Amino acid sequence: MNGSVFTALDWGDVFFLGEAALRTVQISVIAIIVGSLLGVLLGWTLAAGGWLVRLSTSGVLDVFRSVPLLIQLILFDSFVAIAGYPMQAFWSGTIVLSVYCAALVAMVARAGIENVGRDMQRASRSLGMSYLQTMRHVVWPIGLRTVFPSWIGVSLSIVKDSALVSAIGYIELLRASQILNTKTQESFKIMLLVGLFYFLISYPISRWGDRLERRWKK
Amino acid sequence: MNYNFLWLPVFNALPELARAALVTLEVSVVSMVIGLGLGLLLCFARRSDRRLARWPASVWVEVARNTPVLFQIFVFYWGLGEFGLFLSSYVAVVSALAFNTAGYMAETFRGGFAAVPETQLKAARSLGMSFIQANARIVVPQVIRAVWYPMTNQFVWVILMSSLGMLAGLRELSGETQYFNSRTFRTFEFFFAAAVIYYLIAKLVMLGARIIGWRLFRGQPL
Repeated sequence: MNGSVFTALDWGDVFFLGEAALRTVQISVIAIIVGSLLGVLLGWTLAAGGWLVRLSTSGVLDVFRSVPLLIQLILFDSFVAIAGYPMQAFWSGTIVLSVYCAALVAMVARAGIENVGRDMQRASRSLGMSYLQTMRHVVWPIGLRTVFPSWIGVSLSIVKDSALVSAIGYIELLRASQILNTKTQESFKIMLLVGLFYFLISYPISRWGDRLERRWKK
Repeated sequence: MNYNFLWLPVFNALPELARAALVTLEVSVVSMVIGLGLGLLLCFARRSDRRLARWPASVWVEVARNTPVLFQIFVFYWGLGEFGLFLSSYVAVVSALAFNTAGYMAETFRGGFAAVPETQLKAARSLGMSFIQANARIVVPQVIRAVWYPMTNQFVWVILMSSLGMLAGLRELSGETQYFNSRTFRTFEFFFAAAVIYYLIAKLVMLGARIIGWRLFRGQPL
């Protein structure tokens, strides 16, 4: 490759990729934690609120599931900029990804609470438990079992969807690989590395989720 | 907030955006149809007795489900270049979405076939139906029933994910929006319009699927 403007893939590049991979993990983990907490709260609202609260909450959450995540990211990023509070791509990305995660988790959480069933809740109330005790000692442990595998699925999809944050300029794993592509022109090798990284995170966890689901169904 | 929203350029661009929305629909339908066909093949391959059929199908399904769609689009668009295979934006996006859909639908089909007990096929055969008749009249309708709603969800999902075409130079709804954005710098206004169009498409597709499902499966227990 003498005289070429491209340079071969070296260890510095691999380090650059590794750093970007850490950023992918970081933004995903934050979004999953914040989104799940918010999502459980929203799911409880959906399952237990009055009809007006339920209807408006599910209507709003539905928007996040019916508009492409890419558009949501660009919209939020440009909105905070024109509102006079421009944010770093990391923060606007984290916020959008968290809210998106919350919208998905809310559906899972609602299903979990509804799976427990009204009779069970009434039974525990008539045993003298308060509403919060019922939630804490009856609905939470039973509901969690039924929907935990779905929650794993949602979390993994957030890890994969975090790749879209690259569109607003955050250099995570996929964006880093593209930068190296243009620099080294060894696109396939780099892509294989990047794909392997996502796969090694996602595949074992999804298999674990499947196993749990099968075991708990018995 | 020191910003004046300017919606006029968006209104002027509406015909182009509508045309781009049709491209989005076209890309999604083509990807979905190819993905469904491949997904069915993958499902059969995974049930096959031959290792040589089972193994590649499983790899396909797991790779499709465990890597980001955007990554898959990039592999088809840029990654294959090293082998001298340069796909156009359109072909790359459709290939990636079909590849992905096939992986997810293979799992859905597996669940659908598992929902029909094998004894039903045997019972139908013993009533004198041929293998093809028994499948066409007893098994397949029940499988369609079982996969209908996961399938419509997948279709909506393909429509939303086709927006990633923008990042591979495809002029579908998002790509067209990005083009107008680059000419007018009205980022928020244009992408807001795109969001509304996507929302409407998603809702219409869902509603249509509900109505068709209701007509097809009337009076059948879930």
